[in-house]
Amino acid sequence: MLTTIEAMPRLRTAPALYDETRIALDVRDVVKAFDGQGAGTWWQRVSGKAPVAATQVRAVDHVSFSVRRREIFGILGPNGSGKSTLIRLLSTLLIPDSGRITVFGLDVERDERQVKRMINRVSVDAAFFKKLSPMENLLYAGRLYGLDGRAIREQSLEILGRLGLERKAIFEPMEDMSRGMQQKVAIARAFLTAPILMLLDEPTTGLDPRSKREVQAVVQDLRAVHDATVVLTTHDMDEAEALCDRIAIIESGKIVALDTPDGLKSRVARNGHEPTLEDVFMALTGKRLVTEEQAA
Amino acid sequence: MTLNPIAHEVRASYAFVERNFNLIKRYRWWEAVWIMYGIANALAVTYIGAGMGALTGQVLDTSFLVLYLLIGTVVWRYLSIMFDSIGEMIMWERWEGTIEYTMMAPVHRLTHLVGQTLFSILYGLFHAALILLAVAFFFHIDLSQANFGAALVVLMAGSISFIGVGIIAAVLPMLYPERGAQMINFAQALFLLASGIYYPVSVLPAWLQPISALSPATYALEGIRAALLQGASLASLLPTVGVLTLTGLITIPLGVVVFNWGERYAKRTGKLKRNG
Ligand SMILES: Nc1ncnc2c1ncn2[C@@H]1O[C@H](COP(=O)(O)OP(=O)(O)OP(=O)(O)O)[C@@H](O)[C@H]1O
Ligand SMILES: [Mg+2]
Repeated sequence: MLTTIEAMPRLRTAPALYDETRIALDVRDVVKAFDGQGAGTWWQRVSGKAPVAATQVRAVDHVSFSVRRREIFGILGPNGSGKSTLIRLLSTLLIPDSGRITVFGLDVERDERQVKRMINRVSVDAAFFKKLSPMENLLYAGRLYGLDGRAIREQSLEILGRLGLERKAIFEPMEDMSRGMQQKVAIARAFLTAPILMLLDEPTTGLDPRSKREVQAVVQDLRAVHDATVVLTTHDMDEAEALCDRIAIIESGKIVALDTPDGLKSRVARNGHEPTLEDVFMALTGKRLVTEEQAA
Repeated sequence: MTLNPIAHEVRASYAFVERNFNLIKRYRWWEAVWIMYGIANALAVTYIGAGMGALTGQVLDTSFLVLYLLIGTVVWRYLSIMFDSIGEMIMWERWEGTIEYTMMAPVHRLTHLVGQTLFSILYGLFHAALILLAVAFFFHIDLSQANFGAALVVLMAGSISFIGVGIIAAVLPMLYPERGAQMINFAQALFLLASGIYYPVSVLPAWLQPISALSPATYALEGIRAALLQGASLASLLPTVGVLTLTGLITIPLGVVVFNWGERYAKRTGKLKRNG
Protein backbone atom coordinates (compact mmCIF):
# COMPACT_ATOMS: atom_id res chain seq x y z
CA MET A 1 0.00 0.00 0.00
CA LEU A 2 2.93 2.31 0.58
CA THR A 3 4.46 1.76 -2.84
CA THR A 4 2.86 4.52 -4.85
CA ILE A 5 4.38 7.34 -2.83
CA GLU A 6 6.40 8.46 -5.82
CA ALA A 7 3.21 9.30 -7.61
CA MET A 8 2.24 11.84 -5.01
CA PRO A 9 2.37 15.48 -6.00
CA ARG A 10 5.85 16.93 -6.08
CA LEU A 11 6.62 19.72 -3.76
CA ARG A 12 6.99 23.18 -5.11
CA THR A 13 9.70 24.23 -2.73
CA ALA A 14 12.70 26.38 -3.24
CA PRO A 15 16.08 24.64 -2.69
CA ALA A 16 16.80 26.93 0.24
CA LEU A 17 14.00 25.22 2.12
CA TYR A 18 15.84 21.91 2.14
CA ASP A 19 17.78 22.82 5.18
CA GLU A 20 17.07 20.72 8.27
CA THR A 21 18.13 23.41 10.63
CA ARG A 22 15.72 25.94 9.23
CA ILE A 23 12.82 27.05 11.32
CA ALA A 24 9.60 26.13 9.52
CA LEU A 25 7.24 27.74 11.94
CA ASP A 26 7.87 30.33 14.57
CA VAL A 27 5.23 31.43 17.06
CA ARG A 28 6.17 34.37 19.30
CA ASP A 29 4.09 35.45 22.25
CA VAL A 30 0.78 34.96 20.49
CA VAL A 31 -2.47 35.93 22.20
CA LYS A 32 -5.99 35.34 20.96
CA ALA A 33 -9.07 36.17 23.01
CA PHE A 34 -12.73 35.91 22.08
CA ASP A 35 -15.46 38.16 23.36
CA GLY A 36 -18.51 36.70 24.96
CA GLN A 37 -21.85 37.40 23.30
CA GLY A 38 -22.88 41.03 22.98
CA ALA A 39 -19.92 42.81 24.55
CA GLY A 40 -20.16 46.51 23.79
CA THR A 41 -22.50 48.27 21.39
CA TRP A 42 -22.82 47.40 17.74
CA TRP A 43 -20.52 50.22 16.70
CA GLN A 44 -17.92 49.49 19.40
CA ARG A 45 -17.74 45.90 18.28
CA VAL A 46 -17.45 46.72 14.58
CA SER A 47 -14.81 49.37 15.16
CA GLY A 48 -12.87 47.12 17.52
CA LYS A 49 -13.33 49.46 20.49
CA ALA A 50 -15.54 47.23 22.59
CA PRO A 51 -14.75 47.15 26.31
CA VAL A 52 -13.11 43.99 27.54
CA ALA A 53 -16.05 41.89 28.57
CA ALA A 54 -16.09 39.88 31.74
CA THR A 55 -17.03 36.91 29.60
CA GLN A 56 -13.92 37.16 27.44
CA VAL A 57 -12.07 33.90 26.85
CA ARG A 58 -8.34 33.90 26.31
CA ALA A 59 -8.13 30.90 24.04
CA VAL A 60 -4.41 31.32 23.34
CA ASP A 61 -2.40 33.04 26.03
CA HIS A 62 1.14 34.20 25.28
CA VAL A 63 2.20 31.10 23.38
CA SER A 64 5.69 30.81 21.92
CA PHE A 65 7.40 27.88 20.24
CA SER A 66 9.15 27.06 17.03
CA VAL A 67 9.12 24.02 14.82
CA ARG A 68 12.06 22.94 12.70
CA ARG A 69 11.72 21.85 9.12
CA ARG A 70 10.71 18.17 8.80
CA GLU A 71 9.62 18.01 12.39
CA ILE A 72 6.33 16.46 13.47
CA PHE A 73 5.16 18.65 16.29
CA GLY A 74 2.31 17.55 18.54
CA ILE A 75 -0.09 19.67 20.55
CA LEU A 76 -1.95 17.96 23.36
CA GLY A 77 -4.42 19.49 25.75
CA PRO A 78 -7.86 19.10 27.28
CA ASN A 79 -11.04 20.10 25.48
CA GLY A 80 -11.25 23.84 25.11
CA SER A 81 -7.57 24.40 25.88
CA GLY A 82 -7.01 26.34 22.66
CA LYS A 83 -5.56 23.77 20.26
CA SER A 84 -7.92 24.45 17.39
CA THR A 85 -7.64 28.18 17.93
CA LEU A 86 -3.88 27.89 17.67
CA ILE A 87 -4.17 25.88 14.44
CA ARG A 88 -6.56 28.48 13.01
CA LEU A 89 -4.08 31.23 13.87
CA LEU A 90 -1.38 29.31 12.01
CA SER A 91 -3.62 28.83 9.00
CA THR A 92 -4.54 32.55 8.57
CA LEU A 93 -8.16 31.93 9.59
CA LEU A 94 -7.77 34.00 12.74
CA ILE A 95 -5.69 37.11 13.25
CA PRO A 96 -3.75 37.19 16.53
CA ASP A 97 -4.49 39.98 19.01
CA SER A 98 -0.78 40.28 19.60
CA GLY A 99 2.39 38.37 18.90
CA ARG A 100 3.82 37.16 15.64
CA ILE A 101 3.66 33.99 13.57
CA THR A 102 6.04 33.28 10.73
CA VAL A 103 6.15 30.37 8.32
CA PHE A 104 9.58 29.95 6.73
CA GLY A 105 10.28 33.53 7.68
CA LEU A 106 7.07 34.89 6.15
CA ASP A 107 4.60 36.67 8.36
CA VAL A 108 1.13 35.06 8.31
CA GLU A 109 -0.53 38.44 8.35
CA ARG A 110 1.68 40.52 6.11
CA ASP A 111 2.62 37.81 3.61
CA GLU A 112 -0.70 36.05 3.86
CA ARG A 113 -0.91 34.85 0.29
CA GLN A 114 2.57 33.34 0.13
CA VAL A 115 1.96 31.63 3.44
CA LYS A 116 -1.35 30.26 2.22
CA ARG A 117 0.43 28.57 -0.67
CA MET A 118 2.74 26.73 1.69
CA ILE A 119 0.18 25.42 4.13
CA ASN A 120 -2.93 23.33 4.29
CA ARG A 121 -5.09 22.14 7.11
CA VAL A 122 -7.22 19.17 8.01
CA SER A 123 -9.81 19.83 10.68
CA VAL A 124 -11.82 17.49 12.88
CA ASP A 125 -14.99 18.12 10.95
CA ALA A 126 -14.72 17.00 7.35
CA ALA A 127 -16.00 20.19 5.71
CA PHE A 128 -17.24 19.54 2.20
CA PHE A 129 -19.99 20.32 -0.23
CA LYS A 130 -21.94 17.30 0.85
CA LYS A 131 -23.94 16.86 -2.35
CA LEU A 132 -20.78 16.89 -4.42
CA SER A 133 -18.61 13.83 -4.88
CA PRO A 134 -15.09 13.62 -3.46
CA MET A 135 -13.74 14.21 -6.96
CA GLU A 136 -15.85 17.33 -7.46
CA ASN A 137 -14.78 18.65 -4.07
CA LEU A 138 -11.13 17.99 -4.83
CA LEU A 139 -11.43 19.63 -8.25
CA TYR A 140 -12.70 22.76 -6.56
CA ALA A 141 -10.00 22.70 -3.90
CA GLY A 142 -7.20 21.94 -6.35
CA ARG A 143 -8.15 24.69 -8.78
CA LEU A 144 -8.04 27.22 -5.96
CA TYR A 145 -4.38 26.32 -5.61
CA GLY A 146 -3.77 26.74 -9.34
CA LEU A 147 -3.67 23.06 -10.30
CA ASP A 148 -5.17 22.04 -13.62
CA GLY A 149 -8.10 19.66 -13.96
CA ARG A 150 -6.23 16.70 -15.36
CA ALA A 151 -3.49 16.79 -12.74
CA ILE A 152 -6.10 17.05 -10.01
CA ARG A 153 -8.03 14.04 -11.32
CA GLU A 154 -4.93 11.87 -11.62
CA GLN A 155 -3.48 12.78 -8.26
CA SER A 156 -6.81 12.51 -6.46
CA LEU A 157 -7.29 8.96 -7.70
CA GLU A 158 -3.79 8.06 -6.52
CA ILE A 159 -4.10 9.57 -3.10
CA LEU A 160 -7.63 8.36 -2.41
CA GLY A 161 -6.71 4.88 -3.62
CA ARG A 162 -3.77 4.86 -1.31
CA LEU A 163 -5.93 5.91 1.60
CA GLY A 164 -8.10 2.92 0.86
CA LEU A 165 -11.17 4.72 -0.47
CA GLU A 166 -13.22 2.59 -2.84
CA ARG A 167 -13.10 3.87 -6.38
CA LYS A 168 -16.86 3.87 -6.68
CA ALA A 169 -17.22 6.20 -3.71
CA ILE A 170 -15.02 8.78 -5.38
CA PHE A 171 -17.79 9.77 -7.75
CA GLU A 172 -20.78 9.58 -5.43
CA PRO A 173 -22.10 12.43 -3.23
CA MET A 174 -20.19 12.72 0.02
CA GLU A 175 -23.32 12.88 2.17
CA ASP A 176 -23.65 9.10 1.96
CA MET A 177 -20.11 8.44 3.17
CA SER A 178 -19.12 7.45 6.69
CA ARG A 179 -17.22 9.93 8.82
CA GLY A 180 -14.00 8.01 8.47
CA MET A 181 -14.26 7.99 4.71
CA GLN A 182 -14.97 11.71 4.66
CA GLN A 183 -11.94 12.29 6.84
CA LYS A 184 -9.79 10.46 4.30
CA VAL A 185 -11.06 12.73 1.57
CA ALA A 186 -10.21 15.70 3.79
CA ILE A 187 -6.68 14.40 4.11
CA ALA A 188 -6.46 13.85 0.37
CA ARG A 189 -7.62 17.43 -0.20
CA ALA A 190 -4.78 18.76 1.91
CA PHE A 191 -2.25 16.44 0.27
CA LEU A 192 -3.28 17.46 -3.20
CA THR A 193 -1.82 20.92 -2.76
CA ALA A 194 1.53 19.53 -1.52
CA PRO A 195 1.85 21.79 1.51
CA ILE A 196 5.26 22.16 3.10
CA LEU A 197 3.62 22.91 6.41
CA MET A 198 0.70 20.63 7.18
CA LEU A 199 -1.65 21.53 10.01
CA LEU A 200 -3.61 18.58 11.29
CA ASP A 201 -6.34 19.23 13.86
CA GLU A 202 -7.36 15.85 15.26
CA PRO A 203 -7.02 14.13 11.89
CA THR A 204 -7.78 10.66 13.23
CA THR A 205 -10.61 11.38 15.64
CA GLY A 206 -13.49 9.10 14.77
CA LEU A 207 -11.48 6.73 12.62
CA ASP A 208 -11.33 2.98 13.14
CA PRO A 209 -7.96 1.50 14.16
CA ARG A 210 -7.00 0.49 10.63
CA SER A 211 -7.92 3.85 9.15
CA LYS A 212 -6.01 5.52 11.94
CA ARG A 213 -2.90 3.62 11.01
CA GLU A 214 -3.35 4.43 7.34
CA VAL A 215 -3.58 8.10 8.14
CA GLN A 216 -0.60 7.93 10.47
CA ALA A 217 1.45 6.23 7.76
CA VAL A 218 0.48 8.98 5.37
CA VAL A 219 1.58 11.61 7.87
CA GLN A 220 4.95 9.92 8.22
CA ASP A 221 5.37 9.79 4.45
CA LEU A 222 4.51 13.39 4.22
CA ARG A 223 7.70 14.05 6.06
CA ALA A 224 9.80 11.22 4.66
CA VAL A 225 8.96 11.74 1.02
CA HIS A 226 7.87 15.34 0.80
CA ASP A 227 10.04 16.89 3.47
CA ALA A 228 6.97 18.48 4.95
CA THR A 229 6.70 19.85 8.45
CA VAL A 230 3.67 18.75 10.42
CA VAL A 231 1.82 20.29 13.33
CA LEU A 232 -0.68 17.89 14.79
CA THR A 233 -3.25 17.99 17.56
CA THR A 234 -4.73 14.81 18.95
CA HIS A 235 -6.44 13.28 21.95
CA ASP A 236 -4.82 9.95 21.19
CA MET A 237 -1.72 9.58 23.37
CA ASP A 238 -0.39 6.57 21.46
CA GLU A 239 -0.67 8.48 18.25
CA ALA A 240 1.18 11.43 19.71
CA GLU A 241 3.91 9.18 20.99
CA ALA A 242 4.23 7.27 17.72
CA LEU A 243 4.31 10.29 15.44
CA CYS A 244 5.65 13.31 17.24
CA ASP A 245 9.25 14.39 17.62
CA ARG A 246 8.25 16.95 20.20
CA ILE A 247 5.03 17.63 22.04
CA ALA A 248 3.62 20.77 23.59
CA ILE A 249 0.99 20.33 26.25
CA ILE A 250 -1.33 23.27 26.57
CA GLU A 251 -3.89 24.14 29.12
CA SER A 252 -6.15 27.19 29.24
CA GLY A 253 -4.28 28.60 26.29
CA LYS A 254 -0.83 28.31 27.88
CA ILE A 255 1.95 25.90 27.11
CA VAL A 256 2.62 24.01 30.33
CA ALA A 257 5.29 21.69 28.94
CA LEU A 258 7.22 21.24 25.73
CA ASP A 259 9.61 18.38 25.17
CA THR A 260 10.24 15.12 23.36
CA PRO A 261 7.88 12.30 24.39
CA ASP A 262 10.66 10.75 26.46
CA GLY A 263 11.57 14.07 27.99
CA LEU A 264 7.99 14.61 29.04
CA LYS A 265 7.74 11.16 30.57
CA SER A 266 10.87 11.67 32.60
CA ARG A 267 9.16 14.60 34.30
CA VAL A 268 6.55 12.57 36.11
CA ALA A 269 7.13 10.27 39.00
CA ARG A 270 6.99 6.56 38.30
CA ASN A 271 4.12 5.06 40.27
CA GLY A 272 5.35 1.52 40.15
CA HIS A 273 5.36 1.49 36.34
CA GLU A 274 7.03 3.28 33.44
CA PRO A 275 5.21 6.58 33.12
CA THR A 276 3.12 6.88 29.96
CA LEU A 277 2.23 9.96 28.01
CA GLU A 278 -1.22 9.68 29.53
CA ASP A 279 0.33 9.98 33.00
CA VAL A 280 2.08 13.12 31.81
CA PHE A 281 -1.15 14.51 30.42
CA MET A 282 -2.99 13.79 33.66
CA ALA A 283 -0.24 15.23 35.81
CA LEU A 284 0.17 18.43 33.82
CA THR A 285 -3.38 19.31 32.89
CA GLY A 286 -5.29 18.32 36.00
CA LYS A 287 -4.60 21.45 38.06
CA ARG A 288 -7.83 23.23 37.42
CA LEU A 289 -9.84 20.15 38.21
CA VAL A 290 -8.09 19.68 41.53
CA THR A 291 -8.53 23.27 42.66
CA GLU A 292 -12.20 23.18 41.74
CA GLU A 293 -12.64 20.06 43.80
CA GLN A 294 -10.74 21.57 46.69
CA ALA A 295 -12.88 24.67 46.52
CA ALA A 296 -16.03 22.59 46.72
CA MET B 1 5.44 23.65 -11.35
CA THR B 2 5.37 27.38 -11.87
CA LEU B 3 2.33 29.04 -13.21
CA ASN B 4 2.11 32.65 -14.19
CA PRO B 5 0.01 34.61 -11.74
CA ILE B 6 -2.71 35.54 -14.24
CA ALA B 7 -3.22 31.90 -15.29
CA HIS B 8 -3.38 31.00 -11.63
CA GLU B 9 -6.12 33.52 -10.94
CA VAL B 10 -8.10 32.54 -14.03
CA ARG B 11 -8.01 28.90 -12.96
CA ALA B 12 -8.97 29.81 -9.45
CA SER B 13 -11.85 31.91 -10.68
CA TYR B 14 -13.03 29.03 -12.85
CA ALA B 15 -13.05 26.88 -9.69
CA PHE B 16 -16.09 28.80 -8.47
CA VAL B 17 -17.94 28.58 -11.79
CA GLU B 18 -17.33 24.84 -12.09
CA ARG B 19 -18.20 24.16 -8.46
CA ASN B 20 -21.49 26.01 -8.75
CA PHE B 21 -22.51 24.21 -11.91
CA ASN B 22 -21.63 20.91 -10.26
CA LEU B 23 -23.83 21.90 -7.35
CA ILE B 24 -26.71 22.69 -9.70
CA LYS B 25 -26.29 19.28 -11.27
CA ARG B 26 -26.46 17.61 -7.88
CA TYR B 27 -29.42 19.69 -6.76
CA ARG B 28 -31.13 19.30 -10.12
CA TRP B 29 -34.62 18.58 -8.75
CA TRP B 30 -34.47 21.71 -6.69
CA GLU B 31 -33.36 23.51 -9.80
CA ALA B 32 -36.35 22.16 -11.70
CA VAL B 33 -38.62 23.32 -8.90
CA TRP B 34 -37.11 26.83 -8.92
CA ILE B 35 -37.60 27.08 -12.66
CA MET B 36 -41.21 25.90 -12.45
CA TYR B 37 -41.79 28.35 -9.64
CA GLY B 38 -40.24 31.16 -11.66
CA ILE B 39 -42.42 30.36 -14.65
CA ALA B 40 -45.61 30.10 -12.57
CA ASN B 41 -44.79 33.35 -10.84
CA ALA B 42 -44.12 35.15 -14.12
CA LEU B 43 -47.37 33.84 -15.59
CA ALA B 44 -49.37 34.81 -12.53
CA VAL B 45 -48.06 38.36 -12.70
CA THR B 46 -48.53 38.62 -16.44
CA TYR B 47 -52.13 37.39 -16.20
CA ILE B 48 -52.90 40.36 -13.98
CA GLY B 49 -52.30 42.46 -17.07
CA ALA B 50 -54.40 40.20 -19.25
CA GLY B 51 -57.24 40.28 -16.72
CA MET B 52 -57.28 44.04 -16.29
CA GLY B 53 -59.98 44.55 -18.91
CA ALA B 54 -62.29 42.00 -17.31
CA LEU B 55 -61.56 43.40 -13.85
CA THR B 56 -62.37 47.02 -14.61
CA GLY B 57 -65.00 46.48 -17.30
CA GLN B 58 -63.18 48.96 -19.51
CA VAL B 59 -61.62 48.53 -22.91
CA LEU B 60 -57.91 48.50 -22.21
CA ASP B 61 -54.81 47.84 -24.26
CA THR B 62 -54.01 44.71 -22.28
CA SER B 63 -51.22 43.67 -24.62
CA PHE B 64 -49.27 46.70 -23.41
CA LEU B 65 -49.97 45.78 -19.78
CA VAL B 66 -48.95 42.17 -20.39
CA LEU B 67 -45.68 43.25 -21.90
CA TYR B 68 -45.07 45.83 -19.18
CA LEU B 69 -45.51 43.26 -16.43
CA LEU B 70 -43.63 40.55 -18.28
CA ILE B 71 -40.58 42.76 -18.64
CA GLY B 72 -40.81 43.59 -14.94
CA THR B 73 -41.05 40.01 -13.81
CA VAL B 74 -38.29 38.65 -16.05
CA VAL B 75 -35.83 41.45 -15.34
CA TRP B 76 -36.53 41.18 -11.61
CA ARG B 77 -36.03 37.44 -11.75
CA TYR B 78 -32.68 37.95 -13.39
CA LEU B 79 -31.53 40.65 -11.00
CA SER B 80 -32.74 38.88 -7.89
CA ILE B 81 -31.13 35.58 -8.87
CA MET B 82 -27.88 37.41 -9.45
CA PHE B 83 -28.18 39.30 -6.20
CA ASP B 84 -28.99 36.10 -4.28
CA SER B 85 -26.24 34.08 -5.78
CA ILE B 86 -23.61 36.72 -5.04
CA GLY B 87 -25.09 37.84 -1.73
CA GLU B 88 -25.48 34.35 -0.34
CA MET B 89 -22.10 32.94 -1.33
CA ILE B 90 -20.68 33.27 2.16
CA MET B 91 -23.87 32.08 3.81
CA TRP B 92 -23.99 29.04 1.60
CA GLU B 93 -20.40 28.07 2.34
CA ARG B 94 -20.89 28.63 6.02
CA TRP B 95 -23.87 26.33 5.89
CA GLU B 96 -21.92 23.67 3.99
CA GLY B 97 -18.99 24.18 6.34
CA THR B 98 -16.47 24.85 3.57
CA ILE B 99 -15.96 28.54 4.28
CA GLU B 100 -12.65 28.10 6.10
CA TYR B 101 -11.18 26.08 3.26
CA THR B 102 -12.20 28.62 0.67
CA MET B 103 -10.85 31.50 2.76
CA MET B 104 -7.60 29.64 3.41
CA ALA B 105 -6.84 29.12 -0.28
CA PRO B 106 -4.21 31.38 -1.89
CA VAL B 107 -6.72 33.25 -4.02
CA HIS B 108 -7.25 36.98 -4.35
CA ARG B 109 -10.64 37.91 -2.98
CA LEU B 110 -11.27 39.71 -6.27
CA THR B 111 -10.76 36.44 -8.15
CA HIS B 112 -13.20 34.75 -5.83
CA LEU B 113 -15.77 37.47 -6.42
CA VAL B 114 -15.21 37.52 -10.19
CA GLY B 115 -15.75 33.76 -10.35
CA GLN B 116 -18.93 33.88 -8.34
CA THR B 117 -20.22 36.86 -10.32
CA LEU B 118 -19.53 35.22 -13.65
CA PHE B 119 -21.50 32.22 -12.57
CA SER B 120 -24.31 34.38 -11.22
CA ILE B 121 -24.73 36.22 -14.52
CA LEU B 122 -24.81 33.00 -16.54
CA TYR B 123 -27.19 31.39 -14.10
CA GLY B 124 -29.50 34.42 -13.97
CA LEU B 125 -29.59 34.71 -17.76
CA PHE B 126 -30.41 31.02 -18.07
CA HIS B 127 -33.35 31.29 -15.69
CA ALA B 128 -34.63 34.50 -17.27
CA ALA B 129 -34.43 33.06 -20.78
CA LEU B 130 -36.35 29.92 -19.76
CA ILE B 131 -39.07 31.99 -18.15
CA LEU B 132 -39.33 34.25 -21.19
CA LEU B 133 -39.63 31.24 -23.49
CA ALA B 134 -42.30 29.62 -21.37
CA VAL B 135 -44.40 32.77 -21.05
CA ALA B 136 -44.19 33.32 -24.80
CA PHE B 137 -46.24 30.13 -25.18
CA PHE B 138 -49.14 31.61 -23.24
CA PHE B 139 -49.38 35.08 -24.70
CA HIS B 140 -49.22 36.65 -28.07
CA ILE B 141 -46.35 39.03 -27.55
CA ASP B 142 -45.79 41.75 -30.08
CA LEU B 143 -42.24 42.99 -29.95
CA SER B 144 -42.04 44.31 -33.50
CA GLN B 145 -41.21 47.77 -32.13
CA ALA B 146 -38.59 46.59 -29.69
CA ASN B 147 -34.96 47.57 -29.79
CA PHE B 148 -33.41 44.38 -28.38
CA GLY B 149 -29.83 45.53 -28.73
CA ALA B 150 -30.44 48.59 -26.58
CA ALA B 151 -32.36 46.52 -24.01
CA LEU B 152 -29.48 44.09 -23.72
CA VAL B 153 -26.96 46.88 -23.24
CA VAL B 154 -29.10 48.35 -20.44
CA LEU B 155 -29.47 44.91 -18.86
CA MET B 156 -25.72 44.38 -18.83
CA ALA B 157 -25.10 47.83 -17.39
CA GLY B 158 -27.75 47.01 -14.79
CA SER B 159 -25.91 43.78 -13.97
CA ILE B 160 -22.71 45.68 -13.37
CA SER B 161 -24.46 47.99 -10.94
CA PHE B 162 -26.08 45.08 -9.13
CA ILE B 163 -22.83 43.13 -8.73
CA GLY B 164 -21.42 45.73 -6.36
CA VAL B 165 -24.63 45.76 -4.33
CA GLY B 166 -24.52 41.97 -4.16
CA ILE B 167 -20.91 41.96 -2.96
CA ILE B 168 -21.73 44.42 -0.21
CA ALA B 169 -24.67 42.21 0.80
CA ALA B 170 -22.39 39.16 0.86
CA VAL B 171 -20.42 40.71 3.69
CA LEU B 172 -23.43 40.74 6.02
CA PRO B 173 -23.47 37.00 6.82
CA MET B 174 -19.77 37.28 7.62
CA LEU B 175 -20.41 39.98 10.22
CA TYR B 176 -23.67 38.53 11.51
CA PRO B 177 -23.64 34.75 11.18
CA GLU B 178 -27.33 34.49 11.96
CA ARG B 179 -28.97 37.76 11.06
CA GLY B 180 -27.01 38.29 7.84
CA ALA B 181 -29.37 36.20 5.74
CA GLN B 182 -32.38 38.02 7.10
CA MET B 183 -30.80 41.34 6.20
CA ILE B 184 -30.15 40.18 2.64
CA ASN B 185 -33.77 39.17 2.22
CA PHE B 186 -34.94 42.44 3.70
CA ALA B 187 -32.78 44.42 1.29
CA GLN B 188 -34.17 42.40 -1.57
CA ALA B 189 -37.75 43.08 -0.50
CA LEU B 190 -36.96 46.78 -0.40
CA PHE B 191 -35.58 46.67 -3.95
CA LEU B 192 -38.69 44.83 -5.09
CA LEU B 193 -40.96 47.43 -3.56
CA ALA B 194 -39.09 50.56 -4.52
CA SER B 195 -37.67 49.84 -7.96
CA GLY B 196 -40.86 49.99 -10.02
CA ILE B 197 -40.81 46.37 -11.06
CA TYR B 198 -44.56 46.18 -11.68
CA TYR B 199 -45.62 49.86 -11.64
CA PRO B 200 -44.12 53.27 -12.30
CA VAL B 201 -42.29 54.51 -9.22
CA SER B 202 -44.27 57.76 -9.41
CA VAL B 203 -47.20 56.00 -7.70
CA LEU B 204 -45.14 55.32 -4.59
CA PRO B 205 -45.49 57.52 -1.49
CA ALA B 206 -43.01 60.38 -1.29
CA TRP B 207 -40.95 58.80 1.50
CA LEU B 208 -40.20 55.77 -0.69
CA GLN B 209 -39.18 57.84 -3.69
CA PRO B 210 -35.60 58.44 -2.48
CA ILE B 211 -35.10 54.69 -2.23
CA SER B 212 -36.37 54.32 -5.77
CA ALA B 213 -33.93 56.95 -6.90
CA LEU B 214 -31.07 55.07 -5.22
CA SER B 215 -31.96 51.62 -6.53
CA PRO B 216 -30.10 50.73 -9.72
CA ALA B 217 -32.99 48.41 -10.62
CA THR B 218 -35.21 51.47 -11.12
CA TYR B 219 -32.99 52.77 -13.92
CA ALA B 220 -32.43 49.35 -15.42
CA LEU B 221 -36.17 48.73 -15.70
CA GLU B 222 -36.96 52.16 -17.06
CA GLY B 223 -34.30 51.75 -19.72
CA ILE B 224 -35.28 48.23 -20.70
CA ARG B 225 -38.95 49.18 -20.90
CA ALA B 226 -38.17 52.17 -23.05
CA ALA B 227 -36.17 49.97 -25.41
CA LEU B 228 -38.66 47.12 -25.61
CA LEU B 229 -41.98 49.00 -25.44
CA GLN B 230 -41.15 52.20 -27.27
CA GLY B 231 -38.20 51.07 -29.32
CA ALA B 232 -35.98 53.75 -27.79
CA SER B 233 -32.62 54.09 -29.46
CA LEU B 234 -29.39 53.26 -27.71
CA ALA B 235 -28.32 56.89 -28.06
CA SER B 236 -31.35 58.06 -26.10
CA LEU B 237 -30.62 55.47 -23.42
CA LEU B 238 -26.98 56.38 -23.00
CA PRO B 239 -27.65 58.48 -19.88
CA THR B 240 -29.30 55.46 -18.22
CA VAL B 241 -26.46 53.17 -19.28
CA GLY B 242 -24.05 55.77 -17.96
CA VAL B 243 -25.73 56.00 -14.57
CA LEU B 244 -25.80 52.21 -14.20
CA THR B 245 -22.20 51.75 -15.25
CA LEU B 246 -21.08 54.53 -12.98
CA THR B 247 -22.98 52.95 -10.08
CA GLY B 248 -21.12 49.72 -10.79
CA LEU B 249 -17.79 51.53 -11.00
CA ILE B 250 -18.44 52.89 -7.54
CA THR B 251 -20.14 49.93 -5.86
CA ILE B 252 -17.87 47.15 -7.13
CA PRO B 253 -14.60 48.58 -5.74
CA LEU B 254 -16.50 49.66 -2.66
CA GLY B 255 -17.87 46.11 -2.35
CA VAL B 256 -14.40 44.62 -2.60
CA VAL B 257 -13.07 47.01 0.04
CA VAL B 258 -16.00 46.32 2.35
CA PHE B 259 -15.59 42.60 1.75
CA ASN B 260 -11.91 42.64 2.66
CA TRP B 261 -12.68 44.65 5.75
CA GLY B 262 -15.46 42.22 6.70
CA GLU B 263 -13.12 39.29 6.22
CA ARG B 264 -10.55 40.84 8.52
CA TYR B 265 -13.21 41.60 11.07
CA ALA B 266 -14.39 37.98 10.96
CA LYS B 267 -10.84 36.73 11.37
CA ARG B 268 -10.24 39.03 14.30
CA THR B 269 -13.39 38.11 16.17
CA GLY B 270 -13.65 34.43 15.25
CA LYS B 271 -16.85 34.86 13.26
CA LEU B 272 -15.68 33.01 10.17
CA LYS B 273 -16.80 29.77 11.57
CA ARG B 274 -16.51 28.05 14.83
CA ASN B 275 -16.63 24.48 15.86
CA GLY B 276 -14.01 21.82 16.61
N1 LIG C 1 -14.64 31.51 17.15
C1 LIG C 1 -14.75 31.52 18.48
N2 LIG C 1 -15.53 32.43 19.11
C2 LIG C 1 -15.62 32.45 20.45
N3 LIG C 1 -14.98 31.60 21.28
C3 LIG C 1 -14.19 30.66 20.72
C4 LIG C 1 -14.04 30.57 19.31
N4 LIG C 1 -13.18 29.54 19.03
C5 LIG C 1 -12.83 29.01 20.22
N5 LIG C 1 -13.44 29.68 21.24
C6 LIG C 1 -13.24 29.40 22.69
O1 LIG C 1 -11.85 29.32 22.91
C7 LIG C 1 -11.53 28.23 23.79
C8 LIG C 1 -10.59 27.26 23.11
O2 LIG C 1 -11.28 26.57 22.08
P1 LIG C 1 -10.57 25.57 21.07
O3 LIG C 1 -11.59 25.17 20.08
O4 LIG C 1 -9.33 26.20 20.56
O5 LIG C 1 -10.20 24.35 22.01
P2 LIG C 1 -9.57 22.93 21.66
O6 LIG C 1 -8.36 22.77 22.47
O7 LIG C 1 -9.45 22.77 20.20
O8 LIG C 1 -10.69 21.94 22.22
P3 LIG C 1 -11.14 20.47 21.68
O9 LIG C 1 -10.16 19.51 22.26
O10 LIG C 1 -12.49 20.29 22.29
O11 LIG C 1 -11.15 20.50 20.22
C9 LIG C 1 -12.86 27.64 24.18
O12 LIG C 1 -13.24 28.22 25.40
C10 LIG C 1 -13.80 28.06 23.09
O13 LIG C 1 -15.11 28.19 23.56
MG1 LIG D 1 -10.25 21.47 18.77
